[in-house]
Amino acid sequence: MPLLSVSNLAVEFETAEGAVKAVNGMTFDIHEGETLAIVGESGSGKSQLVLSFMGLLAENGSVSGEARFRGEDLLQMKPKELNRIRGRHIAMIFQDPMTSLNPFLSIEKQMMEVVMHHQGLRRDEARAHAVEMLRAVRIPDPEERIKQYPHEYSGGMRQRVMIAIGLLCAPDLLIADEPSTALDVTVQAQITELVSELRKKTKMSLVLITHDLSAVAEIADRIIVMYAGEAVETGTVDEIFYSPQHPYTRGLIASVPRLDRVSDDELHAIPGNPPNLLALPLGCSFRDRCTEAKEQCFERPPLWRGESGRTSRCIQGVEGGELVTESPAGGEG
Amino acid sequence: MSKPVLRVQDLAVTFTSFTGGLLHRRERQLRAVDGINFELHAGETLGVVGESGSGKSTLARAVLGLIKPGRGRVMWNGEELTGMDEEELRQKRKELQIVFQDPVASLNPRMTAGDIIAEPLWTFYPNMARLQVEERTRGMMKVVGLLPNQINRYPHEFSGGQCQRIGIARSLVLNPRLLICDEPVSALDVSIQAQIINLLKDLQKKLGLALIFIAHDLSVVRHISDRVMVMYMGQAMEVSDKTNLYRRPLHPYTNALMKSVAIPDPKLAAAARKDSWLTGDMPSPYSRPRGCIFHNRCPFKVKRCEADVPALRRMEDGDWVACHRAEELDLSIGVPASG
Repeated sequence: MPLLSVSNLAVEFETAEGAVKAVNGMTFDIHEGETLAIVGESGSGKSQLVLSFMGLLAENGSVSGEARFRGEDLLQMKPKELNRIRGRHIAMIFQDPMTSLNPFLSIEKQMMEVVMHHQGLRRDEARAHAVEMLRAVRIPDPEERIKQYPHEYSGGMRQRVMIAIGLLCAPDLLIADEPSTALDVTVQAQITELVSELRKKTKMSLVLITHDLSAVAEIADRIIVMYAGEAVETGTVDEIFYSPQHPYTRGLIASVPRLDRVSDDELHAIPGNPPNLLALPLGCSFRDRCTEAKEQCFERPPLWRGESGRTSRCIQGVEGGELVTESPAGGEG
Repeated sequence: MSKPVLRVQDLAVTFTSFTGGLLHRRERQLRAVDGINFELHAGETLGVVGESGSGKSTLARAVLGLIKPGRGRVMWNGEELTGMDEEELRQKRKELQIVFQDPVASLNPRMTAGDIIAEPLWTFYPNMARLQVEERTRGMMKVVGLLPNQINRYPHEFSGGQCQRIGIARSLVLNPRLLICDEPVSALDVSIQAQIINLLKDLQKKLGLALIFIAHDLSVVRHISDRVMVMYMGQAMEVSDKTNLYRRPLHPYTNALMKSVAIPDPKLAAAARKDSWLTGDMPSPYSRPRGCIFHNRCPFKVKRCEADVPALRRMEDGDWVACHRAEELDLSIGVPASG
């Protein structure tokens, strides 16, 4: 049984301008010990997807479908039940480490609170455990540093503290939403190394959300590429990087500026802008920005599945793959 | 060679703060920018790269006179900006403009795109005819790749990349000769970053602008820069011609920054990781290391680096570096880098 099984999940927001479909029929599994990356631009729905099954949607948002964690549907849980799972079994790290930490509380207090609440540890046990976690994320001199406040930490150290807090209860699943986007490249590299080390040591599953494919090249097992609320391509990390099938995926890879290659005069950009969910084009939602678009793209593109299980939603299909029949509701039949 | 339009000499900015409360009040000095020198010609781009806290944004503000430097001079077309009073400086700002990092936060959400772009015109030319302002605004929108019929829309109706185009249009509307871009793409999606970089490069060519492009990521400035200055704790570690820098960085810190750039290839990324070595954080700016300020993070340090401050010195091919061991270290990158 997969650790988390999401099926036909949809998120909608009521706005003054009308209903917005942020996530549209997402289906995927996360297995134990697996690292899944969800990649897409702003507005692709990658964060809302995760927030929805964590019960953290904004008030005007609603969710449908299923998200089964060890068989139990998170979407049907009462807040009290969900609280038991959140923090203890599923932990989440947000993009901005400064706004995620309480500036008025010492790191010690913020870390001890978590374990005392979820694991019922005594104060001294909780403190020892917190120090140990700080050491694991390589905060120097953790016994002393733990007494300090967030503003006394650098940006990179704060994010490491966030990771340490996420790991405190040894969760089965850690979700990191753009954990290194706001940081210097040098610190991004350190966070990547830290995450890949942790991944080797524990059986924890990991979901990484990012707009930058290169950030997950080294640490992801599987990748879901999202566009306008849908998965446009899914596959193993090697499939996505070495034989991308969807034009959007190819565009994302090409738009990363590289130092390990001879440079061209022009950088490759994906033309146009991330889609406006209120006014999606008919047919393929990537059509307007796709350099390979054809007349057929005015109709909803078909979903293809390759032998290995990889998928792509595009008229171009998947090498050696076959067409998936879908029910009109949008889910797979 | 023509005369440089901008000449920055020994520029330094120091911030003073107080700690310890009333009774044990203690003054602390933070050297944010510490003796920076460079020249810039019309049509030339200088990339400025360094981690947060390296002083690159403070340098930009000091060059524009938005912060008063504690030492040094900024010469603009032969005139000294650092000696000017507020009003003279304000008039000069027509020629010196800046684009900020966060495209959404730096635009007034209650103003239309048109008003945002036209505001500098109203400020500097209050008597300009309304029609003329509108014409110039629409023209600017076209130049930066926006549709003139979006003139009455508000910032929230635009994507991040489009907001940055509005910011660029606003900074170009007065027809400046120097444009400073302070991390103009780091808040944007990777897929959109290249659009903005290509746009800036294009505009520079067309308008003959002198450009300073600030980033924390060496891969971002590569395509737009002629020369690159690498900063660390307020000082220049290396100032090199682009081709040289990306082929063979002279300073270990430049090398470390290059190796931190993620590669969109699983196998290469894993191999590159094994090879990277930059550890730890930048030291506190209040306790600067003695000797070379980078020595505590440098794997190539020798005894001398802990005691002697390396001067920024000129190498044979005209590049500048502040490292005792620049001649003996070979930090070349395995891939041929073209221009």
